[in-house]
Amino acid sequence: MSNLLNVAPTTLLVLVILLLAVFAFVSARSRAMSLAGGDARKLHSLPNYYGYNAAMLTAIPALFVLAIWLLIQPMLVQNAVIEMIPQAAISEGSSVNLVMSDVRRVADGLDGAVQTGALTVDAAKNLTAADDVRSILAGTGVALGSDVGADVLAAAQRYRGLQSTGQWLMIAVVMVIAIGGLAVALMATTPTFRARNMVERFVLALLILAASLAILTTVGIVFSMLFESINFFKLHPWQDFFLGSKWAPNFRGDSDLSILPLLWGTIYISIIALLVAVPIGLFAAIYLSEYANSKVRAFAKPLLEILAGIPTIVYGLFALLTVGPFLVRLFGRGEDGILGLDWMTGATSVLTAGLVMGIMLIPFVSSLSDDIINAVPQSLRDGSFGLGATHSETIRQVVLPAALPGIVGAILLAASRAIGETMIVVLGAGAIARISPNPLEAMTTITTRIVSQLTGDTDFASPETLVAFALGLTLFVLTLGLNVLALYIVRKYREQYE
Amino acid sequence: MKDNIISEMDVTTDKIKISARNVQVYYGENRAIKDVSVEIQDKTVTAFIGPSGCGKSTFLRCINRMNDTIDICRVEGDILIDGEDIYDSSVDPVQLRAKVGMVFQKPNPFPKSIYDNVAYGPRIHGLSRNKSELDDIVERALKRAAIWNEVKDRLQAPGTGLSGGQQQRLCIARAIATEPEVLLMDEPCSALDPIATAQVEELIDELRQDYSVVIVTHSMQQAARVSQKTAFFHLGNLVEYGATDKIFTSPEDPRTESYITGRIG
Repeated sequence: MSNLLNVAPTTLLVLVILLLAVFAFVSARSRAMSLAGGDARKLHSLPNYYGYNAAMLTAIPALFVLAIWLLIQPMLVQNAVIEMIPQAAISEGSSVNLVMSDVRRVADGLDGAVQTGALTVDAAKNLTAADDVRSILAGTGVALGSDVGADVLAAAQRYRGLQSTGQWLMIAVVMVIAIGGLAVALMATTPTFRARNMVERFVLALLILAASLAILTTVGIVFSMLFESINFFKLHPWQDFFLGSKWAPNFRGDSDLSILPLLWGTIYISIIALLVAVPIGLFAAIYLSEYANSKVRAFAKPLLEILAGIPTIVYGLFALLTVGPFLVRLFGRGEDGILGLDWMTGATSVLTAGLVMGIMLIPFVSSLSDDIINAVPQSLRDGSFGLGATHSETIRQVVLPAALPGIVGAILLAASRAIGETMIVVLGAGAIARISPNPLEAMTTITTRIVSQLTGDTDFASPETLVAFALGLTLFVLTLGLNVLALYIVRKYREQYE
Repeated sequence: MKDNIISEMDVTTDKIKISARNVQVYYGENRAIKDVSVEIQDKTVTAFIGPSGCGKSTFLRCINRMNDTIDICRVEGDILIDGEDIYDSSVDPVQLRAKVGMVFQKPNPFPKSIYDNVAYGPRIHGLSRNKSELDDIVERALKRAAIWNEVKDRLQAPGTGLSGGQQQRLCIARAIATEPEVLLMDEPCSALDPIATAQVEELIDELRQDYSVVIVTHSMQQAARVSQKTAFFHLGNLVEYGATDKIFTSPEDPRTESYITGRIG
């Protein structure tokens, strides 16, 4: 049992609280029933609501405090211990953080040694620098880089002490809160108590929590990118980033890191992709929603949506192995080619990536447009038919104008998808950053450069690495802008028929 | 069928515009219209009344072949307009609908400007040679629909921004801009308030000078107010057809009497 306590005191604590919550549920429910004389109709709420209320009051404040405690305790302990490390203990080329990590390893090692029985509790407490701490710990599987100095050992011992005190204090406080919650809930359980409303409020809080977590995560991502981008602009002139013309990262330093060639590649490929996806997707949507009978629709729509489920890396392979070589046969190889041209040398090109990405985007455009066209009221079509318009006149002059804002929204969503796409571009477009109007040349995009700047051995202090964050932030701003625009247009459209 | 013979006697003085003989309409297996024969006069308002689901709207939609847009719908029998069978394979339903205009239950202006709504039909059918002719057609239709004074200063404003009654009159203007010979109205006032209803009814009465108007209505007072002829439908059958005054004062069929006195419906 004591072993179990040492392994996972926090887990155990959570389990105890949950058990208490179950107990609270059962006892509050039965208390409510007995107060009502067994007649549930005399209660304000259904008996289960009293149970839920008690379980909530028992578990939630306790678990909340536990979570906060687990976050804050390591910080407080570290701050207390860090003062014990004298400046002298920090050797040349080291830092206080490195020493602290040593302290933590020693402390954890000692705890481990006590647990496995290599040291008794007292022996661990009374170790001195004279003992060969390093070899004792090596015996328990903790490898240390150097001998343990007296300062470090003392700090580690203090660290252990504070940690264990903190843990006991945490268990005590959390249990008191849980039991207190249980008591309060049981006292409140009377037939007139509005348990149902309390549960309702809890549900509301839960929903708000979920919504704010999503928003906070977005904010967190933006800030982390923002700070890294600021670091980048401290090391690299922003004029070069935004206004330069060359992308030539050089890990020895002194690189040209301009976003413009990458932005050009990104936009060029996206435009080609949209030129493929928008007409095909839109026509497919018009056929499916206006002309196809229900049998064709039931069969063709899921089939079209399968395209959306194919992983983009598979599209990338398709670009590399099928579309690229085909384009080379069409536009390249001189006399041996189909058209006898010699315009294209390699399989990777803007056109290859754009075509394949366009195919990927077809279901986005068609599926959204299909929904939007279906949302156009039948009464408008009837009105047009009733005036003697043909089906295609009706679609062109009534249905599409009515659905246009929604379709524009769909296209913008597809565009932001195209801008953020990586895998197809890595395999299909090549890796050469340049500004050229020729779609048969290899180019590259922002996303693929982010990948290449961050993969492999990297040091997060050089502008060559940090530029990835600035690129990411620019990309984020671009797609966010497109999404906001799309949502704005779609919302404006929705208001039209209400 | 006895009733129809009587009605035919009544209308001998007037020209027959629409003549339906033994019309059956099926929705899949379900027979929605059973053996309906009716003759509708030119320059007359004919009201179709009857309880919900009795087939009056379905029959109305047969007259301009709007039922063609419903896959499972099948029409048998003959419907003649000016002696020409509209279900003949040589008839283009699109052309037919230009000749037989329709106004729907819910006002359904297109999400375009007022001007473009009215100009929609004339543009499709090429009724005007130039802009000023189109302007004239639009103005005439809007005046005819008694809405010109309310919208003449904002012809470029969206048609969806008008009030319900104005929207319905706009839809009537849109229908008459194509210069149809017959105007079908499927409960045109059911979404309107009493004042707008009165305006539309007044309009229907005026339209009688130029068109043959067929109106489906749930309101018997409305049928009595606007129509000269009334047809009572019940469970897919045409029960009684005759002069409106007669239907409402001395109906021959006990079902008609029950309906107009409010006992079935």
